[in-house]
Amino acid sequence: MRGSTLYRRMVAVSIRAQMQYRASFLLLSLGQAGVTVIEFFGIWALFDRFGRLPDWTLAEVAVFYGVVNVAFSFSDAVSRGFDLFGQDVRQGDFDRVLVRPRSSLLQVAGSRFAIHRIGRLIQGAVVLAVGLSQVESQMGPVEGLLLVFAIAGGAALFLGLVVLQATLAFWSTETLELMNTMTYGGVQTAQYPIAIYREAFRRFFTFVVPLACVAYFPVVAVLGRPDPLGSPFWFQCVAPLAGFAFLFASFGVWQIGVRHYTSTGS
Amino acid sequence: MAQIQVEGLTKTFQIAKRRAGMLGALAGVVRREHRELVALDAITFEIGQGELIGYVGPNGAGKSTTIKILSGILVPDAGHCEVLGFVPWRERRRYVAAIGVVFGQRTQLWWDLPVVESFDLLRSIYHVDDASYRRTLDEMVSLLDLEPLLDTPVRQLSLGQRMRCDLAASLLHEPSLLFLDEPTIGLDAPSKLAVRDFVKRLNRDRGVTVILTTHDMDDIETLCERVMVIGDGRILQDGSLADLRERVSPERRLIVDLEDPEVTLDAPGARVISREGPRWELAFDPRVVSPAQLITQVASRHAVRDLFVENPPIEEVITEIYDHGGLAS
Amino acid sequence: MTAAALSGYRALLSARYRMVLQYRAAAAAGIATQFFWGVIMIMVMEAFFAVGVAPPMSFAATVSYIWLGQALLALQPWNHDRELEAMVQKGHVAYELLRPLDLYTLWFVRAVAWRTAGASLRAIPIVLVAGLLLPVMGGERWALGPPAGAEAALGFAVALLGTIALGGAITTLVHVSLLWTISGEGLARVMPSLVIFFSGMVVPIPFFPDWIQPLFAWLPFRGLADVPFRLYTGHIPPSEALPTLALVAAWALALVALGRWLMARGARRLVVHGG
Repeated sequence: MRGSTLYRRMVAVSIRAQMQYRASFLLLSLGQAGVTVIEFFGIWALFDRFGRLPDWTLAEVAVFYGVVNVAFSFSDAVSRGFDLFGQDVRQGDFDRVLVRPRSSLLQVAGSRFAIHRIGRLIQGAVVLAVGLSQVESQMGPVEGLLLVFAIAGGAALFLGLVVLQATLAFWSTETLELMNTMTYGGVQTAQYPIAIYREAFRRFFTFVVPLACVAYFPVVAVLGRPDPLGSPFWFQCVAPLAGFAFLFASFGVWQIGVRHYTSTGS
Repeated sequence: MAQIQVEGLTKTFQIAKRRAGMLGALAGVVRREHRELVALDAITFEIGQGELIGYVGPNGAGKSTTIKILSGILVPDAGHCEVLGFVPWRERRRYVAAIGVVFGQRTQLWWDLPVVESFDLLRSIYHVDDASYRRTLDEMVSLLDLEPLLDTPVRQLSLGQRMRCDLAASLLHEPSLLFLDEPTIGLDAPSKLAVRDFVKRLNRDRGVTVILTTHDMDDIETLCERVMVIGDGRILQDGSLADLRERVSPERRLIVDLEDPEVTLDAPGARVISREGPRWELAFDPRVVSPAQLITQVASRHAVRDLFVENPPIEEVITEIYDHGGLAS
Repeated sequence: MTAAALSGYRALLSARYRMVLQYRAAAAAGIATQFFWGVIMIMVMEAFFAVGVAPPMSFAATVSYIWLGQALLALQPWNHDRELEAMVQKGHVAYELLRPLDLYTLWFVRAVAWRTAGASLRAIPIVLVAGLLLPVMGGERWALGPPAGAEAALGFAVALLGTIALGGAITTLVHVSLLWTISGEGLARVMPSLVIFFSGMVVPIPFFPDWIQPLFAWLPFRGLADVPFRLYTGHIPPSEALPTLALVAAWALALVALGRWLMARGARRLVVHGG
């Protein structure tokens, strides 16, 4: 059985297991949707108070917000196993992964699938759709493809971040909850156009954690408006590749982590 | 050829020192001290196809480090090790497809799923084809009496039931080598018996090599022809149970119940270990005085209600080995 | 609070300190990310202020509000104690019922010790960097300012006690609710967003539309951040402190009472179902 098939089976199994706690699933989904609705209400409140950002309208920000949150909800659903990985390592459950003849990444990813992230997905998609309907640019097939590409790249980037965080568990027994602030912080940051931040931050989010490449640049291209930062159109279109590059780099770091684990048995 | 060959296996861990008290904790923020712990100190042994080995030792002696290295989870610092023709940690993924591992303390089943779904998933993970999966599963179900458990979610199983399912789960891909890490820990008596019986049959009928770690000496006594004792990272003793007894202490025990609780027992050639009312426990060396001689002498001097000869409990033998740092040559 | 609770608090607090201090990398990472978050929030507000609409709160006060929020994030009941959750899930909580102590008090004290240990360790470096280092490095505009005056400082200190009590009560309420939903994720999942949003941690409350202000004013969550922060900056003048603080105190008492009531029911349930 191929890796992807096995992954699908593990996901199906995980969903079945969660469906045994239907009430909990509903609450979780609602909670998820609640968090994101409330977050967006915060953004809306600021626009209500100030009218607009110097260079950006609420509808445009809604598109950034939607892309980032949809991307994050995908990665979050897939990456639940990595999210709780620190616990697995502390309890010795990773040993079990190592005595099975499959890739450790695949097994950890397949161990849990957070189906309730659908709450964030729906809310993000709604904001995205409403935002797109309110902006001036016309949506064509190119824009549509670019959006899908941006969301995929964003999901890859967030997944990469979570894998990196999980990898830390090989070195440190500390809780990763704090490191989660990095992903959530990233979502918060990229909900606004990166152009409003100072240069040092823009650099960080372009070259270190390439959030701008999966959200800001492609969305500017979709919006069909000039970039206050002056990036060329072709760059905006290929920028989401950075998310995939980040993910592959994180896989490499993971392998180093596994090697460390097998030599120290932390 | 030996199925497992281990030579000079060595493993050292770095342990962070924790200092006591508030000041210690603060100091720990700034600088942390480490000490070295030698978990395995150049151990060497061989295990042949079809053996059933008991691997015993106190906590922290190096038992689980050995098991982890042999099952590919841990890479040793030095030494060589070949199992089923693999170097476990070097070709881990190919190697582990050929072995089975049961960690007594942790289940490998999916907590919220019916048992059979866990089995099904494991079949996918191990690439087991339909026909052999069906055959093995049927066998396991009948040997371990799993039929009534298959549709129960794992979280609802008792510890004993779960261990039976875990044993089956570790064998679905028909490994020729099985590691059992404390499989009877926490089980009730009937479950222990069921597990032992199963392991015995597995080893005898299918020739599966079994390496068993345990703290329960009854496991060793009923199952293992060969026992390896580890302490402080070294193999202290490796041989049959009888050998083990012989080398530690050839003494045997005679337990006598006298009719009259007031009488003092007189038994030349034996040493009194304990007395509880009319019951006396004697130790004797069969090379000096044979059991028959001793019994005759006791019976001729006293009115005896009951009497029997036994081996010193295996716990005592093992403790003896730990205390004296081993007798292995 | 009884003497037993106080000495319990001291013991739990020092245990928490020792635990947190062991996790130095987590602490450092936490401080760094919170500092980072503070800066991001300030930049967002700065961008909005650049539009030129008259703001409901000065930029300096907004910046202080944001920094205080980051410094005292650990006081916010935005998460629950995983250890306690595990204890409930594994049924070990039955042992807690055997202790000769009122379980609610024990859990409340445990929650307060957890929050205050984390917050005090976290607050010091953030206040130092945002309040002292930033101005020295020429970032006065983004720096945490001093309290608006002696009275403001006093009001802030008193309000902080209210924050601790409220935070402890809400945390304990979530913990008690874990006795029902075994997966422990119901209230525990909904609460964080309520807390973070309605306390003013996402967007300072004065920036919300005027029509929704009464809702914020009457909910308990405001006492977690908005009340102490605005007393600090003088946005709520000291003369108006008393009624606001009284409402916070009333909410804290009400939530403690609710928690106690739920705990009593939960404990009974636990006895009946055997954990």
